[in-house]
Amino acid sequence: MKPAPFKYIAAASLEHALSLKEEHGDEAKFLAGGQSLIPAMNFRLARPAVVIDINEIEALAGICAQAGAVLVGSLTRYRALQRDEVFARQFPLIGEALPHIAHPQIRNRGTIGGNLSHADPASELPAIALALRARFHVRSAKRERWIEAADFFTGALTTDLQPDEMLVEIEWPSPKPRSGSCFMEIARRRGDFAIAGVAAMVTLDKRDKCSEIRLALCGVGETPVDASAAADGLIGQSPGEQAICEAAAVLQGMVEPAGNVHATADYQRHVAGVLAERALTTAFERVRDGR
Amino acid sequence: MDADRHEITLSVNGASYTRRIEARLLLSDFLRHDLGLAGTHVGCEHGVCGACTILLDGEPVRSCLMLAVQAKGREVSTVEGLAGKDGTYHPLQQAMHDHHGLQCGYCTPGILMTMAAFLDENAAPSEDDIREALSGNLCRCTGYQNIVDAVMTAAIRMRG
Repeated sequence: MKPAPFKYIAAASLEHALSLKEEHGDEAKFLAGGQSLIPAMNFRLARPAVVIDINEIEALAGICAQAGAVLVGSLTRYRALQRDEVFARQFPLIGEALPHIAHPQIRNRGTIGGNLSHADPASELPAIALALRARFHVRSAKRERWIEAADFFTGALTTDLQPDEMLVEIEWPSPKPRSGSCFMEIARRRGDFAIAGVAAMVTLDKRDKCSEIRLALCGVGETPVDASAAADGLIGQSPGEQAICEAAAVLQGMVEPAGNVHATADYQRHVAGVLAERALTTAFERVRDGR
Repeated sequence: MDADRHEITLSVNGASYTRRIEARLLLSDFLRHDLGLAGTHVGCEHGVCGACTILLDGEPVRSCLMLAVQAKGREVSTVEGLAGKDGTYHPLQQAMHDHHGLQCGYCTPGILMTMAAFLDENAAPSEDDIREALSGNLCRCTGYQNIVDAVMTAAIRMRG
């Protein structure tokens, strides 16, 4: 047996799952796609006393368009997002990042809520949630609340979720008109964790001047990094090559990667800058070309 | 802690099985040890190598990253179910044989299951499509080229 012993409970409903979590707190783990939790249990890095399987709770999965936003249930699998062409068109930043998330077999099981709750700083979706200003709907047996992406990720593998809480859905605000986006990452091999990854979204006003820039990075810190401020100098401009390079240089000064066996901290910082420059350039091209 | 046991019934390659198992038993180990279907190989046992890939309701997943108890009521397909009942190879198996797509063979069951599902959805893939779909399966012998050639050939043969 790989995992240590635990008590397994398949939750019949969200209310059931939440009441079990309230009862067992930190001793219990929700099991969604299991693509991060089960490896951790196989290594016995994670030894939950109780595993609450939420895979049968159909109400937690699905994509629901609202005015100005799309709500995605936390149990929605990556593969379902990839297959939803309307969603991928509306959120090209997510559509572009999905193929970088692990491998087809993992994307068939892995869930968006599991990914965000696991909060791996090298993972793509947390950075994209920052870039798109996603909001997280969190519930416990007794209360519910919404958390801004900027407040959700508090450290490596650590979130603002309390021991009795579950992330139940994610609200993705629709990109403004005349927005262009781009996601890029560099990894040693396809599907590996990124040495650095950049999510960029730019919005132009009626005069073709830049009105907003969102820039977020994965893989270069303890949490996903909102580096939008690096591009403050581009607001109100029609930025050319030089201005974008300058913003990328500012961004390099904002990140503090730790370095790892695949890349030194200096190399990660270098890659982050190069990717930011490319992603911004591509995002501007796309919005100007109406893509 | 007392063992937490559950009774499950599931379908594997079209046959129904009922077993009483411990909650912490991985689906990969259940297939190999409890059902004796040792065609599903275990390599890394943490979701990196792809050797244990099986189809869950027709979709490739890592059987080492699922608890057997989660497969309750589901349809599982393993490499043992790929060939015809008379032993005729699946076109993918035949093409792997023809193209020398395996050497030690350890990764092969996972690759066959991944690629069988891939070809069901992509009847006319490009070489790049195949490499992308193969990215979650490690092979340390072949250098992949022969596997890619085999999948390409299987796709052509399956289109007829």
